[in-house]
This record gives sequence, structure tokens and C-alpha cells, in this order.
Amino acid sequence: MLEIRNLHAQVDGKEILKGIHLKMNAGEVHAIMGPNASGKSTLANVLAGRATYAVTQGEILFNGKNLLEMSPEQRAREGIFLAFQYPVDIPGITNSYFLKAALNAVRKYRGLEELDAIDFLSCVREKLKLLKIEESLLNRPVNVGFSGGEKKKNEIVQMAVLDPKLAVLDETDSGLDIDALKVVAEGVNSLRKKENAILLITHYQRLLNYIVPDYVHVLSDGKIVTSGGKDLATQLEEKGYTWVREWNH
Amino acid sequence: MEPLTQQLERDFKVTGNSWIDRIRKEAFQSLAQLPYPTSEQEEWKYTDVEPIVGAPFRLAERKELLVPFEKRKHLTFSGIHAIRRVFVNGYHCPKLSSTEPLPQGVIVDNLATILQNNPKRVEPYLSRYAKDQNNPFIAINTAFFQEGAFLYLPKGITLEHPIHLVYFSQSNGAAAVSHPRTLVIAEEGSEARIVETYIGDGSYWTNAVTEIVLGENARIHSCKIQEESAEAFHLSTLFIHQNRDSRASSHVISLGGKITRNDVRALLDAEGSEVTLNGLTMASDNQHVDNQTLIDHAKPHSTSDELYKGILDGKSNGVFNGRIVVRPNAQKIRAQQTNKNLLLSDDAKMNTKPLLEIHADDVRCNHGATIGRLDENQLFYLRSRGMGEAEARTLLTYAFASDMIQRLAYGPLETYLEILLLQRLGHAEEELR
Repeated sequence: MLEIRNLHAQVDGKEILKGIHLKMNAGEVHAIMGPNASGKSTLANVLAGRATYAVTQGEILFNGKNLLEMSPEQRAREGIFLAFQYPVDIPGITNSYFLKAALNAVRKYRGLEELDAIDFLSCVREKLKLLKIEESLLNRPVNVGFSGGEKKKNEIVQMAVLDPKLAVLDETDSGLDIDALKVVAEGVNSLRKKENAILLITHYQRLLNYIVPDYVHVLSDGKIVTSGGKDLATQLEEKGYTWVREWNH
Repeated sequence: MEPLTQQLERDFKVTGNSWIDRIRKEAFQSLAQLPYPTSEQEEWKYTDVEPIVGAPFRLAERKELLVPFEKRKHLTFSGIHAIRRVFVNGYHCPKLSSTEPLPQGVIVDNLATILQNNPKRVEPYLSRYAKDQNNPFIAINTAFFQEGAFLYLPKGITLEHPIHLVYFSQSNGAAAVSHPRTLVIAEEGSEARIVETYIGDGSYWTNAVTEIVLGENARIHSCKIQEESAEAFHLSTLFIHQNRDSRASSHVISLGGKITRNDVRALLDAEGSEVTLNGLTMASDNQHVDNQTLIDHAKPHSTSDELYKGILDGKSNGVFNGRIVVRPNAQKIRAQQTNKNLLLSDDAKMNTKPLLEIHADDVRCNHGATIGRLDENQLFYLRSRGMGEAEARTLLTYAFASDMIQRLAYGPLETYLEILLLQRLGHAEEELR
């Protein structure tokens, strides 16, 4: 589903990613762990197509298509979803309007009929019920006045509604209390199907107690320095990231 | 002599000796001492009136409406019931106006009719408030207005339905001007909502003056929706005079016109009076929109809240000059003024200037002005969810304006404005809900 080959990327002229290789198949959950400033968020943003991140070398194939040639909206319509580390406030637009506009943009692209207000509402209600999130969320302006946990839960609601093929979660677990963490885990696990893939980017092992990954990769100084099964995360938690840093040299 | 002045001298015909004739003559004579504004005057620094004063604008003629009113569906407020009075080229058009029983004592009539049949009703008010040393266009309106609207709300009356005044202009190619005049008198404890729509076809000049006088504890919610044609000039002044404990609000929505100039002047002339001034400008192409507001806190314990927003695209120009005056001994004043602007193109321009003149010491005044662009993070967020760039821009632009819609605080009007804005932003009506 996703193939990253020798990816190099810069932010403000500074090289952050220094040759990433990663291959993900449908049905798999991968976790990328790494210390601060290792390039985790850069990788997430490059996948979503943020313009301030410049790819200088390498390629990314998504279901055989060249991802780097696509606009952010095309990527979303093709089925990539990024749960933001810092979700953005949008005063003046309700969550419900936002979700409907997003869902219909994606549906239109996929040749599906756009949903009217009634069908949309029943679709969203079902997802909210599943995630045990209150419906009042729909009438609030997007992320305005939301607590950190509410913002992250809102990302998961969007993910559940848009039903992506590849979900990338950029430190969605950071700073969450245990209840919010469970909501996030529930949302991700409900997306875990044989036709989907999930990329968890995280600093902490805790999330992986609730979403058990098939593969764990360790990112350090812009490169994947080691990969393994779920046990690698446990080892990391015990030994700390200083253990990893030694491998860069 | 300016072509406009020459034409005005040819057109001025008042010969009688009644009270209103004297008022008109005085206004006309005052023009000799009121030069047309130039960019050297602070209040006119950015608005060039040469296209107006340089043309021999004749009084627009009384006409039938060429385009059937029903075809202009949005003028019927998407079917909201309103007490509607329609004017074409400044003349009342009874055929297009609504007829309904009004509560005892309420008058909603053609100003010209009242001036003829019952001038005593109008004499204490008309032209008492509409005066300005720096603005000859107000005097021109007084000297030349033909017809207009007169609203009288007796003590304690609340009107259930809004009053909708539609000033329609229709040009025949020659430079023509109408001078719509509106006078609103709200007696003690009365309340009403008034919407003025300015709209038209072709090239013309609208020179409007509205006076609103609020008695003790009266409430008037006024909204002006300017949808003039792309070639039109629109100059207007709204005077609000407030007595004790009265509440006034004004919304100035500017969407159309080539050159638009809105003056709003609120005089808080008694304790406990409160005024809210809201403004929303949406301009593109070569449109020019100049908003000038003056809030005069003449008495203690008066409150004002002002929010003006501008959305400027293309090569459009926006101006905001917001003056707040707190007179000596007008203590315990609260005044809040905000001007926020969104530039959607590199060629759009905005000039904003708040001006506080505070001559009392126990006051709480805040003001702020911003000029910005669409937020790149918000754009990326929307696009990352599948929305196209154009759609994301439209949505964020709409979001910027959305609190101005809410500030109308009247559901049917909010819906109406929402439709207008989304149409303006290129959304088809069926996409709205």
C-alpha cells in the first residue's frame, strides 16, 4: 500500500529526513517511535503534503501512485488521513459543516453520491456512538475552545467519518489522559481491517498497549535505525532512547 | 464650477415658503460654503469623489420597475413576512409595497405624503440631526430628496415583523441620482427592526440619508444591505440620536457598488444609552468601500460596542475610520471598537484608523485593528481532509464573516445574509444547507 524509498526532506533548508525506507501492506499496523527531533512529525507532514516540507530526494508510492505529485486534497481523497499532532482551530465553522464538506469532497472523488444533511447526520451519529463521544461536539466550531484531549478525539471522529485507507497518527497519544487514550485506541482499532493500514507515530510505548502493532520502527536523526516486532517497543521503554542514539554512530 | 453643482443649480426648484421649503433652501444655500471634499481632509483622504462631482447627475425619474420585483426573489427575504415599502429611483411605488393593518398609532408611510398631509409630525425631527460641516452630500439630500420613508412608533409599541425598505435604482444610461430619505421616530419604550436594502441596475448614484431618533428606553435594530449595481455610486449617512436607556444597533453590509461611502454617526445623548455598530464589507474587482463611524459619548454611563470587518479581493480598496469621542464629564463610559480585515489578493488594499478622543478620566475604552490573510495552517487542515483549495478558501472566508451574521441576532435575517454571502463567494444556493 505504501512504499517510501530513500526519502530526504528539508524544513527551512535544514535536512530532517535523511533516507527513509518503509514498506507497509494493507492490513498492517506499523509504529514509528523515536526521540524528540528525530523527524517523526516531518515524516507525517510529508505524507500529508504540507508545502513547508520540501522533499529533496526519494519517492513515495501509495497504491502504486506517485504521492509526491499529489496535492494535499488529492492525497486525502485517495485515502490518506493524518491525525494532526496540533489540530487547528477554525472559528466560525461548525464541526458538523466541516465534517460534511470533507466527507462529500472525498465521496465525490470516489464516485459516490454526496450525502444530504439527514444521511450525513445518521452516519456521524453512528460513529460518535461507537466512540462514545457526545453529539454536542457537532455544533461546536472546529476545535475552538477544545481541551487537548477533545481535539485529539475530534481527529479520531474525522478519521472514523472519512474512513481512510491509510491513517497516519502523529503523536495523537501525547498528553492524553487514559480515557481519551482509550477513545483514540478504540477509533484506530475499529479501522483495523484487512484493506486498511495504520501508521502510528509516537514518542511513548503506552499507546501500543491498546493498539498492538505488527511492526515497530525506530527513527533517530532522520533515519530508521532498527525495525522489529511489538517487543521492540517494550525494549525501548525499558532502555530509553539513549540506547537508540548510539546506533546512529 | 463643478458639473454636479451646475446641474444642481439647474434642478433646484423650491419656491414655496412652508417650513420644509425653508429647510430645503437653507440646505441648498449652505452648499456654497461647503466645498466638495478632497483628499486633504482626513475623513476623505482615501475616497475620491471626482467621479461623482465631475458628472452632471440629474434627478432620477419616476419609473415603473422594468424587472418584475418577484424575479428578485431575495428581496422578499426568502419569504419572510415584513412590512415592505418599495421605492424606485427615490419614489414610492405603492404597487410593490405591502399593505397590512398596523398597530394603533404606528405610521409607515411615504415621507412626501406626510410632509404634505401632516408636516407637524415631522417638523421637530427632519434634518435636525442630519447636519455635517464636512459633508455636502447630506445637504444635497435635504435640498433634493423627493420621497422616502417615514416610520413612527408610538410609546410602548413593539412591531412583531421587520420593516423592510427597498430603495431600487434603475438608470436609463444618463447620469441620474436619487436621494432616498428615511426618518424613524421611536417613542419611549417602543421597539422595531428596520432593514434598508439598496439595489439597482445600470450606472447611477444613490445619495441616502437616514435619521433615527430613539426616545427613552426605545430599541431600534437597523440593518442596511447595500447590493447596488457594479457601476453604481453609493453615498449614505445614518444619524442615530439616543435618549435615556435607549438601545440602538446598526449593521452596515456593503456588497455592491463601484464607490461606496457609509457614514454612521451615533450620538449617545443621555445616561444609560447603548449603541452597537456592526459593519461587513465584501469587495472585489475595483470596488472602493469607505466606512466612517463616529460614536459620540456625550453623557455619562453610556456604552458602545463596534465591530467592522472587511473582506477585500481583486484590486478593491477598503477604508475604516472609527472615531470615538468621550466628552468632558461623560464618566463611566464603556467603549469597545474592533476592525478586522481579510485581504484575499495581493492587490487589495485596506486603510484602517481608529481614533479615540477621550476628555473624561473614568472610562474604559478598547480598540484594535488587524489586517491579515487566510491562515495557511487552517487551509492545510481543510485540504488535508479532502476539500479543494478553492473550497477551503471560500469556507475560511465565510468563517471570517460568520460572527457578523450572528450579530444580526435575528434568525430570518441571518439566513438571508448567509445566502447572500455564500452566493457572493460563488456557492450555489442548493449547496447551502
